[in-house]
Amino acid sequence: MQVCPAGQGRSSTSSLLQALWTKGAGQAGQGGGTISFMPHDDHDHPHALLPPEPALRVKALETILTRKGLVDPAALDEIIDTYQNRIGPKNGAQVVAQAWSDPDFKSRLLDDATSVVADMGFYGRQGEHIVAVENTPELHNMVVCTLCSCYPWPLLGIPPGWYKSDAYRARTVREPRKVLAEFGVTLPEDTAVRVWDSTAEVRYLVLPMRPEGTEDLEVEQLARLVTRDSMIGTGLALAPEQST
Amino acid sequence: MSRVHDMGGRFGDGPVVPEPQGIPALGDWQARALALTLACGSLGQWNIDVSRHARERLSPKDYSRFSYFEKWISALADLLVETGVLTLEDLKGATSAEIHDLADRMLKAEAVTGVLAKGGPADRPSLKPIRFGVGDTVRTRHPGGSALVDGGHTRLPSYAVGATGRILSLHGAHVLPDSNAHRLGEAAEPLYAVVFSASELWSHPEHPNDEVVLDMWQSYLEPV
Repeated sequence: MQVCPAGQGRSSTSSLLQALWTKGAGQAGQGGGTISFMPHDDHDHPHALLPPEPALRVKALETILTRKGLVDPAALDEIIDTYQNRIGPKNGAQVVAQAWSDPDFKSRLLDDATSVVADMGFYGRQGEHIVAVENTPELHNMVVCTLCSCYPWPLLGIPPGWYKSDAYRARTVREPRKVLAEFGVTLPEDTAVRVWDSTAEVRYLVLPMRPEGTEDLEVEQLARLVTRDSMIGTGLALAPEQST
Repeated sequence: MSRVHDMGGRFGDGPVVPEPQGIPALGDWQARALALTLACGSLGQWNIDVSRHARERLSPKDYSRFSYFEKWISALADLLVETGVLTLEDLKGATSAEIHDLADRMLKAEAVTGVLAKGGPADRPSLKPIRFGVGDTVRTRHPGGSALVDGGHTRLPSYAVGATGRILSLHGAHVLPDSNAHRLGEAAEPLYAVVFSASELWSHPEHPNDEVVLDMWQSYLEPV
């Protein structure tokens, strides 16, 4: 196993870095040698110079950038807190519940979702251009990004793992009904499926059909019926008895 | 001719595995990789198209075996070196502790909320004439791939190359990724939602009425 010459240990940070690289090389070697850490000057793919194990690779890069004053670890904590605790599918659910309750709101949402959801405070990176698409008995909408994993972050937060999976990206455009079946959704034969492949900076929000028996519910109660998947189009809104 | 990320329609990937509703919980290093990538965006050395292209340029072997955030962190390292922010020596661990020239651009914790809320809209004023109207029949460019750079970035997926569809709506003029990803200018042009019948795209469509909609820039389209 070759290990690149690390820093000269001028400071404690250097030693930390050296430890990361050495540890990374050691761990890779323990796997039976299938992933070998062989540093080389590969100008096309400099990332190969970092430790191969993902957690160490991230740690190494964060350490280098922090040391040079390019990254503030407290800012990273703040970003993580935003997407793990503050921004999530509850935002989108509020929009959907409001659309179910207020025909005028729904009409404005379908006409210009970007400004309507921005007025509710939902705007920002990966949600600069929003289009809402409405499910009806005749048409079921589903959203995918075959080329990467574009997703309406200000409305739905971090995408789930399956949305980013090769299987979802590859299959949804070709066989949406088989994918839906894997989510337990079977559509009536006369409902067409329209799949939206997010190839540009436009992000799509599916407006699921309002469940039956919800005429008397308030907006807050309705919002609890709106799942994340129903706003991607891989699920349906919950019936009141399914909601917890 | 295509790259590994361009996987729409591909066979053989197995089932999609659903997950609980709500906010997905990220693992520690995955969350760190996400945050590090977003924070480095504030250094102002690339745009979103350059960054997407960096992930797409991972070797097919790396792209396929890397998990999502491994792609992010590896492409980030590649970008930092390509843009001269870091050196190969830095990545080897032989890094100096000197404060970087770009340190004044470092994203500060108190600025995070504002930066994430601000976003980066892709629509631009444009004088390019709008060539198509809603309902027009159009065909996507054939052959596909980037018209500007051989092997370059494009948002025309292989499965939709040479396909005939219909203009569903006009989104306005948006930055052209094929140009912007290679720092050739934003080159904004009209962007349309174009609807294609599943039977136009696939030899064995699941249902005769199913459709796929793609957002297509005007230069991807020709009249039929």
